[in-house]
Amino acid sequence: MSRTVAETRASAANPSVIARLLRRPLALAGLIVICVTVLAAVFAPWLVPFDPYEQFFEGLTIEGAPLPPNAQFWFGTDLVGRDLFSRLVYGARTSLVIGVVANGIAVIIGSLIGITAGYFRGWTDTVLMRFTDLMMAFPALLLAIVLAAIFTPSLWIVAMVIAMVNWVQIARVVYTEARSLSERDFVMAERAMGAGAGRILFRHILPHLLSTIIVWATLGIATTVLLEATLSFLGIGVQPPTPSWGNIIFENQTYFTSAPWLVFIPGAAILALALAFNLVGDALRDILDPTQQGRH
Amino acid sequence: MNQSHQKEPWKRETNGGADATATTSLAVNDLSVQVATPDGPKLVVDRLSFDLPEGRTLCIAGESGSGKSMTALALMQLLPRPMARIAGGSAMLDGEDLLTLPESRMRQVRGRKIGMIFQEPMTSLNPVLSIGTQLKGAITAHGELAGRAAGARALELLDQVQIPEPRRRLEQYPHELSGGMRQRIVIAMALAQHSKILIADEPTTALDVTVQAQILALIRKLQVDHGIAVMMITHDMGVVAEMADQVLVMKHGRRVEHGSSAEVFDNPREDYTRKLLAAVPRLGEMTGTDAPKRAKGAEAAQAKAADEAPMVEVRDLTVRFDIRGGILQRPVSRVHAVEGISFTVGRGETLSLVGESGCGKSTTGKALLNLIPWQGDVKVNGRSTRGLGAKAMRPVLRDVQMIFQDPYASLDARMRVGDIVAEPLVIHGLAQGSELNERVAYLLERVGLSPDQMRRYPHEFSGGQRQRICIARALSLSPKLIVADESVAALDVSIQAQVLDLLQDIQDETGISYLFISHDMAVVEQISHRVAVMYMGRFVEMGSRRHIFENPQHSYTKKLIEAVPVADPHRPRRDFVAKAEDLPSPVHPLDYVPPQTRVRDLGGRHLVWEVEG
Repeated sequence: MSRTVAETRASAANPSVIARLLRRPLALAGLIVICVTVLAAVFAPWLVPFDPYEQFFEGLTIEGAPLPPNAQFWFGTDLVGRDLFSRLVYGARTSLVIGVVANGIAVIIGSLIGITAGYFRGWTDTVLMRFTDLMMAFPALLLAIVLAAIFTPSLWIVAMVIAMVNWVQIARVVYTEARSLSERDFVMAERAMGAGAGRILFRHILPHLLSTIIVWATLGIATTVLLEATLSFLGIGVQPPTPSWGNIIFENQTYFTSAPWLVFIPGAAILALALAFNLVGDALRDILDPTQQGRH
Repeated sequence: MNQSHQKEPWKRETNGGADATATTSLAVNDLSVQVATPDGPKLVVDRLSFDLPEGRTLCIAGESGSGKSMTALALMQLLPRPMARIAGGSAMLDGEDLLTLPESRMRQVRGRKIGMIFQEPMTSLNPVLSIGTQLKGAITAHGELAGRAAGARALELLDQVQIPEPRRRLEQYPHELSGGMRQRIVIAMALAQHSKILIADEPTTALDVTVQAQILALIRKLQVDHGIAVMMITHDMGVVAEMADQVLVMKHGRRVEHGSSAEVFDNPREDYTRKLLAAVPRLGEMTGTDAPKRAKGAEAAQAKAADEAPMVEVRDLTVRFDIRGGILQRPVSRVHAVEGISFTVGRGETLSLVGESGCGKSTTGKALLNLIPWQGDVKVNGRSTRGLGAKAMRPVLRDVQMIFQDPYASLDARMRVGDIVAEPLVIHGLAQGSELNERVAYLLERVGLSPDQMRRYPHEFSGGQRQRICIARALSLSPKLIVADESVAALDVSIQAQVLDLLQDIQDETGISYLFISHDMAVVEQISHRVAVMYMGRFVEMGSRRHIFENPQHSYTKKLIEAVPVADPHRPRRDFVAKAEDLPSPVHPLDYVPPQTRVRDLGGRHLVWEVEG
């Protein structure tokens, strides 16, 4: 969400944000990783060498152990002889939905609640923040299990459950910053001009929170992807055999010493995606912050 | 220990340049400091040389960016690294070059040979340690005293800096003390090791005038008692005149002029020094006139003011804030910020509210715009604003606008200047498209900026330009009253004069009224038609500028006027105040009933309030 707001603001003011983003090597690298992941998820059926659900006979050794990466199975095979590369490419679909959509919704909810409570004070503040504290104190996993048990498990339900659980930290952080921003003179000046609350909140306070929100949003990607895996592991997430990066790690973690590629490769994929979003987010923050210009 | 000072030897001892006999304690030669900027390295101190004679005071004066603070930090090897570094020169103290000493030796110099005082006493004290702990830390830092002896020395130091009830202070924390008391503690810490040199970087800038006068007198007394050489950095020529034996004027990192205090003030050789001195508002320079300094047709404005209904009418304005505490967040005590004040501001008139920090002057300004809750009655342009919500207040805000103290803080750093100035017009839906652009361009030109700068951001402007942007923004709704809250306090004197002139020109042109809130008596004297002196949330005296400055009646008004440092080194230096005085606290228990006051009318709208009984 932070990005869309940022982009509309910036495109109104300066058309070359994308161009400036592309000029930064790190941001460009991040952008490439994100594009590759998205394309892989969208075109998965045409990209994969094997069916991700098929258990190959030649995918296991004679002793029944999974195969390490080789010429036939590029990333090796898993415990039942399925091609890891194909599963990873399909898993990108799930993980993107969780990491971007679910996490994005969590960021939006958290930011809205935090900013509103931070600016308005009084009853609004008390009610919203006590509710946030309550959610924070409540074990997130338990809540997710309850929610997931009520609804029939599906990818979108899992995404919703994760969004419901993950907005709390962001709300807390945004609240603290919004609170100190509302005390600043420029907000006082806006009020003195007769600006309404909506204008102050979204045109003046929110842009100052962008950098915080971007950092939390990128951190959230890895957390939510793994939370989805936990839920899958408990049988209430994405149902097997549907692959996701998280549940590939979970299925195979007990064999980490004998088959490290089964954990390492999907782990690297999560890391790369989170890092890519982080790089792009950082660059976007610098580009959109006029006081940072000229520094790199 | 005070008996020995009956003769007050510190009061007047400037013989300026005749310092040839005094030995030099610190000799600085060709000091250069380099700072890394995005455009490559830049010299911020350029081959600066001076001597600091023993037991004398050298004032380094200059405007912001002149490199005066960098000089002090370089001498202490406290430059912010790696951004800034010493690029050359030497500073000899007791046969050692301070600029090349290794860190371990430098630590011995800091505190033991040179003590330093910074501008903001709250930030130079650690908020989580008690005064006693911090003071003893400074005393024992070099391992000479310990335990009981350190405690005794701490008490002795607090006594030297004239802090009342020293024993109790040792137990207190910095936030429990006032700004003046904190600065005394910082001075005590700087002197803890009997250092012979004191570097003071704007030591009184953050303090109120009456407190400033006390601290300056204290530094002078300590200097005489202990034979300390003081290097004082300040932007305030009044402070220079009060303190200096020698003056060094700096600009852009270079020495402009260096000489005895009398020489520099009486016969400045350089244009820049002359300009700097001319820009200093001098208290009393307006004696014998009624209108503000640059006002044209002032009589007409006054006559008009008398005929028409006043622009703003305030009756019994009271602002109190609850301080909440405990588990249930119930009110436990109350800040009596403003306590039943009444005044009017006529059309085309400037009323100044003057007083020290915490007296309620800013709160009064904010109440006029309904930015805080208040009681009483306020009428703006005949319309009562009592209990109006944000929406209902909007039409009123077209008549009243506000300019804040810190221009950078009051501008949204992420908006372009053009958008900032357009903001009020957009909010009130008064203009859009090309009409809006033209209006913004006109406003920027009106305040002396170029319309080409519309697409730039606030951080690309200097302090004075930023304040002009704020003024343009406030003017965009064509208000009839502007509340200017300490609007020139953060600016250099020369810029200050320009901004004040601009405000005055706008008034002459549009007949706008100002409620000018300031702590600076000299500025108030220049700009006001009428003045109200505030103390502890109340008015103590209100009248025309002439009444207040030429015939002050209330003892507090007199004290405020006397405390202002005057840029004249020949004026007798003020008496040392043996006991530190402080403003009382405006925080009272919930059941507190403020004392009744009685107003005395001296005629001609000159009013004096006195507490009854």
